Amino acid sequence: MSQAADLPLWAAIAVCFFLLLGATLALIGTIGLTRLPSFYERLHAPTLGTSWGTGGVVMASMIFFTVTGARPVFHEILIGIFVTVTTPVTLMLLAQAALHRDRAEGNANVPPSATAGTASGKDAPAAGAAD
Amino acid sequence: MSVTILYYALTAAHVILSIAMALALLRMIRGPRAQDRVLGLDTLYVNSMLLLLTFGIGSGRTIYFEAALIIGLLGFVATVALAKFLMRGEVIE
Repeated sequence: MSQAADLPLWAAIAVCFFLLLGATLALIGTIGLTRLPSFYERLHAPTLGTSWGTGGVVMASMIFFTVTGARPVFHEILIGIFVTVTTPVTLMLLAQAALHRDRAEGNANVPPSATAGTASGKDAPAAGAAD
Repeated sequence: MSVTILYYALTAAHVILSIAMALALLRMIRGPRAQDRVLGLDTLYVNSMLLLLTFGIGSGRTIYFEAALIIGLLGFVATVALAKFLMRGEVIE
């Protein structure tokens, strides 16, 4: 907290706003992860923390180090870009794995595979691409 | 004045993110199937990354930023490897 003494009031208020916004959104996403009933619904909840939760905390960190260092600091945005790019990839792989496991066990609450049904050959790749 | 505001906001953010990590850990322990546990681990990684960033604001050092970046990278690799394992039964084919 040694550098925070020369932080002006407007910068402190902006840092606090973005910090509390990011932390609260991460908490809301995790509460959704704990309370939603099925896995496919739970998959959506933590993305609240990875989109605006990360964005808010990263923006607070950028404002703090820019104002206290008296020079523009942008390297925190690496974390934001990286998390934004990788989260859809990981969650889609996880959803595909869960769908594969549910279909292999024959659970009734998932749609059947596009290639295993009676769909014509032209429709099956389109349905796979739309997933 | 600004030190006081920043101190209370940082303490509140630490508490909020710690509660979020505890809830993700609860889902990881209680999760009925393996994919729930993997999703809980991914959320735990993201929340710990945010907690390290708030530590970095509190201490004014950039070493916490590097730790957060490494956690982000390793969390991505770990979740992809676990999802691949759930789908195929092996990681490297």
